[in-house]
Amino acid sequence: MKQSRHIFRTTALWIVPLAFLVLFYFYPMLRILSISLGRGEGGLIAPFAEALTSPAQRGIIWFTIWQAVLSTLLTLLFGLPGAYLLARYQFRGNGVVMALTGIPFVMPTLVVAAAFNALIGPRGWVNLALMEWLDLSQPPVEFINSLSAILLAHIFYNTTIVLRMVGDFWSHIDPRLSQASRVLGANNWQTLRQITLPLLMPAIASAALLIFIFDFTSFGVILVLGGPRFVTLEVEIYNQTISLFNLPLAASLSIIQLACTLAFTVFYTRLSIRLSRPLSLRPQRYTQKRLTSWRSRIMAGVILTLLVGLETVPLVALAARSFTTQDQGRSQASLSTQRLTLANYQELTINRRNSLFYVPPTQAIINSLAYASATVVLALSLGLPVAWTLARDRDSVLSRVMDPILMLPLGTSAVTLGLGFIVALNHPPVDLRASPVLVPLAHTLVAFPFVVRSLVPAIRSIRPRLRQAAAVLGAAESQVLLQVDLPLVGRAMLVAAVFAFTISLGEFGATALIARPDRPTIPIMIYRFISQPGALNYGQALALSTILMVTTSAGMLAIERFRIAEVGEF
Amino acid sequence: MLRKVGLILSLGMLGISGCVQSGPTSTPTVLEPRVLTVMTHDSFAVSEDVIRAFESENQIKVRFLKAGDTGTALNKAILSVDNPLADVFYGIDNTFLSRALDEGIFESYASPALAGIPDEFKLDPQNRALPVDYGDVCLNFDKGYFEEKGISPPQSLEDLVKPEYKSLLVVQNPATSSPGLAFLLATIGHFGEDGYLDYWSELVDNDVKVVNDWDSAYNSEFSGSAGRGSRPIVVSYDSSPAFEVIYAETPPETPPTAAVVGDETCFRQIELVGILKGTKNRDLAEKWIDFMLSTTFQEDMPMQMFVFPVNPNAGLDEVFTKHLSLPEKTAVVSPELIAQKREQWLKDWTETVLR
Repeated sequence: MKQSRHIFRTTALWIVPLAFLVLFYFYPMLRILSISLGRGEGGLIAPFAEALTSPAQRGIIWFTIWQAVLSTLLTLLFGLPGAYLLARYQFRGNGVVMALTGIPFVMPTLVVAAAFNALIGPRGWVNLALMEWLDLSQPPVEFINSLSAILLAHIFYNTTIVLRMVGDFWSHIDPRLSQASRVLGANNWQTLRQITLPLLMPAIASAALLIFIFDFTSFGVILVLGGPRFVTLEVEIYNQTISLFNLPLAASLSIIQLACTLAFTVFYTRLSIRLSRPLSLRPQRYTQKRLTSWRSRIMAGVILTLLVGLETVPLVALAARSFTTQDQGRSQASLSTQRLTLANYQELTINRRNSLFYVPPTQAIINSLAYASATVVLALSLGLPVAWTLARDRDSVLSRVMDPILMLPLGTSAVTLGLGFIVALNHPPVDLRASPVLVPLAHTLVAFPFVVRSLVPAIRSIRPRLRQAAAVLGAAESQVLLQVDLPLVGRAMLVAAVFAFTISLGEFGATALIARPDRPTIPIMIYRFISQPGALNYGQALALSTILMVTTSAGMLAIERFRIAEVGEF
Repeated sequence: MLRKVGLILSLGMLGISGCVQSGPTSTPTVLEPRVLTVMTHDSFAVSEDVIRAFESENQIKVRFLKAGDTGTALNKAILSVDNPLADVFYGIDNTFLSRALDEGIFESYASPALAGIPDEFKLDPQNRALPVDYGDVCLNFDKGYFEEKGISPPQSLEDLVKPEYKSLLVVQNPATSSPGLAFLLATIGHFGEDGYLDYWSELVDNDVKVVNDWDSAYNSEFSGSAGRGSRPIVVSYDSSPAFEVIYAETPPETPPTAAVVGDETCFRQIELVGILKGTKNRDLAEKWIDFMLSTTFQEDMPMQMFVFPVNPNAGLDEVFTKHLSLPEKTAVVSPELIAQKREQWLKDWTETVLR
C-alpha cells in the first residue's frame, strides 16, 4: 500500500517535466535526426561510417574531447582556491566578487573576443607596451587563434560555475570536521586530501560535469578565438548543416556528440552515487571566519588578484573602450589619441535611419529581463520536482535512467535543435515556430540541467534523521517539506535561480534562431551592431555589452537578496 | 509547496497555449487585416514609413521573420517546405541559389516589374527567384597605412603575392563566412579552377592571415576600422567605406578606407526573393515582390542594408556616389557550378591554406 502510493507520487512529480522534455526536446530532435538521415543516399550506416572512419572527422572528435578535458581541469584548478576563499572567509565585498565573476558567463563570444583583443591582441595594450619597451616591430604575443586562447576563454567563462556550485556547498560544510582532523594530528595537506576533498566531491563532480559539457559543445569560442585551425564537433555540425548542406553527416555527428555526452554523464552518475553522503549542513555564519592572520590576508590577496584579474580586467577594458573614441586618420593605435565620449550611448537612443527594426536600449533590457524571469520560473518549477525525486529515490529504475538523460539538452547542437523546432512544432495546437514563447522554452532546456545539478547535492545531503525526527514530533509530510527541507535547500535554489537567469540573459545561438525581430534581447542587438562596419556601430556594440554587464550584475545581486530562507540552526 | 509548483506550471502552460501563433496560413477574418509573412536573414532592414505606406495601400499587415544567417534561413525554408513558415523568402544569394531551386521551395512568378531590370541579374530563367539587390565582396584597404608607408595600395589579386604586401592581408575562412566564400570564388573566377590553388599557396607564402568570421577580420585584425588591428588589407564589401563615413562620431570628409575595384578582383553577390511554395496568400506575395522591385523600395534599400538596387531607375544617395568606387568587371562563377563544386573547393582550399 505504502509502496504503491510512493510510486504514484514519484510518477506525479515526473509527469510535467517529462512532458516538457518530450514535447520540446525529444520529439523535435527525433524528427530532425530522422529527416536528416532519411535524406542520405547510402542508407543509415554510411554517414556514421564516414564520421568514424575519415581521418578529418576522427581528428575533430578527438580534439573535441581532449580540449574539453584540459579546459575542465584547468577551470577547476583555477576556481577551487577562489571557492575556498569565498566559502570559508567572511570579508567585505564577498558578494560583489561573486557577482563580478558571474558576468563573463553571459557575455557573447564576439564581445569577449573584442575584450581579449583589446588586451592581448596584435594591437592590444600588452603587445603595444612590449613593442615599445623591447623596441620590436612585430607584436611579440600571438594569442588570438591559438589553443591558449581557447583554454583561457573556457576558464574565463566557466570559473563562476566552480565558485557557485562548489563554493556554496563548501560554505555549509561543518568546519569542526577538519578541525577534529587537525586535533587528531593530521597536517593541512592530509586534512584537505582525506577530509575536505572527499566531502566536497559531489559538488566538484557536478560542477566538472557541467563545465565539461559546455567545453565539449563549445562553438563561439572555438570559431572566434580559436580560429580556422581548430574545429570541434559543434562547429563541424554547423558547417556540414549550413555551409555544405550535408544533413545526413551532420545528423550522425549530432548523434555522436549526444552519445559522448551520455557516456560522460553515466560515468558521472555512477561516480556521484558513490561519492555523496549525508552531512549536517551549517549556516554560513558558523562556518566562516574573518581574515585575521597575516598569512590568511596574503593568501586572500593573491587568490583575489588572480580571480578578479582574469575575470574582470578584460571586461573593464571593454567598458572603458565603450566610453572612448579614437581620432580619425591614424593607423597606429596609441593611448594618446583616445578621448572620452558618450557618443556610443547617445547613438543607441537615436533611430537615425528610421529603421523598422530599431529598438531602444531600454526595450532590449526589458525584453532580456522578461525572457530571463520566465526562464527562472519555468526552470525552477520543472527542475525542483525532478531534483527531488532524483535525490530521494536514486535507486529507482526511473531515476537511474532519467538522471543521465536530463543532461542531454546541454550536449545538443544548437543548430540541430533549432531546425528540429522547425520540423516538429509546425502543426496546431503547437505551431510555435515563430512564437516568442519559444525563447524562454529554449533557454529553459539549457538551464534545466543546471537547476537539477545545483539542487541534487543539497537535497541528498539532508540527513534522513532530521526528517524522521520531525515526523516523530508530529509534523505532517507537507510540514516537513516546508520547515525542514525547503530551508535546507533554499540556498541551492538561489544558486539554481542565478544560473537560470544568467543562462537566459547571455544565450545567443538559440535566441538568434527564434527571437522575433521586434523583440530582440541585448545579445541579439550587440550582434546586429558588431556585424556592420563603422566605428559608431562597433562602439554601440561595446556600449550595449557594458549595459549587459550592469543588467546581469544587478539581476544577480537582486536574486541573492531574495532569500527564501537561510539554512537554519539545527 | 508542490501545489504551488503545479499552479505555476499550469499557468505557464496556459500562457503558452494562449500565445500560440496562428501563423501565415490562418484564415482571415473580416475585422483583422490579412497578414503577409516575409522570411528573411538577420541583415534585413527597411524604413518604417516605407512599410507602413505599403501596408495601408494594400490594407494588409506585413510580418517579418528573421531566420538567422542566409544559410540557416534557407535550411529552415527547405525543411518546412510542406508547411511553409512564410509566404515570401527574401535574401537568398547566388552562392545558395541552386540549393533552393533544387529543393523546389519557390513558385514561379513572372513579375511585370522584371521588365526594367538588366538581364545580368536574372539568374533563374523560370523566375522562381527574382533579383532584388547586389553587393560586391572586394578587398578594402586602410588609406592611412599606405600613405604613411609611401607604398601604393594593391590594384589586382596578383599584387597581393608581391613582397611589398607581405603580412598585410587578412581574409575569412570560406567554410564559415559568406564574404570569405565570395573572395574564394573571386579567385576561382579570375584564376580558373586550375590556377586558384597555386595562387592561394603563394598567398600563404606571403603570410596571409585567415580568421573565421567577418567581424574578427574587420573589427579586430584590420587596421582601418574601429578595432585598429595590424593588417591594412581585408576582405569586405565595396560599400564598407560608406559605413565608415556615416557611422563615425564626427563624419570625416573622405572615408579612411577604400575598396580595390580592379577587373576581376571582386565577386558579386546578388540577393533574390521568391514566393514560397504552398503559400495561402499568393496574391499578397505577388504584390510584395512587385513592391520590392519598385523604385520606392529600391531607393530605400541602399541606406538601410548598404546594398545596391537592381532597378536602374532607383537613384542612389550622395554618400554612395561621392565616396564609393564600384567595380566594372567582377569575377564570375555560375550558381550551378558553385552548387556542384562547393564541397570540393572548400576541401581543397582547407588542405592548401590551413594544413
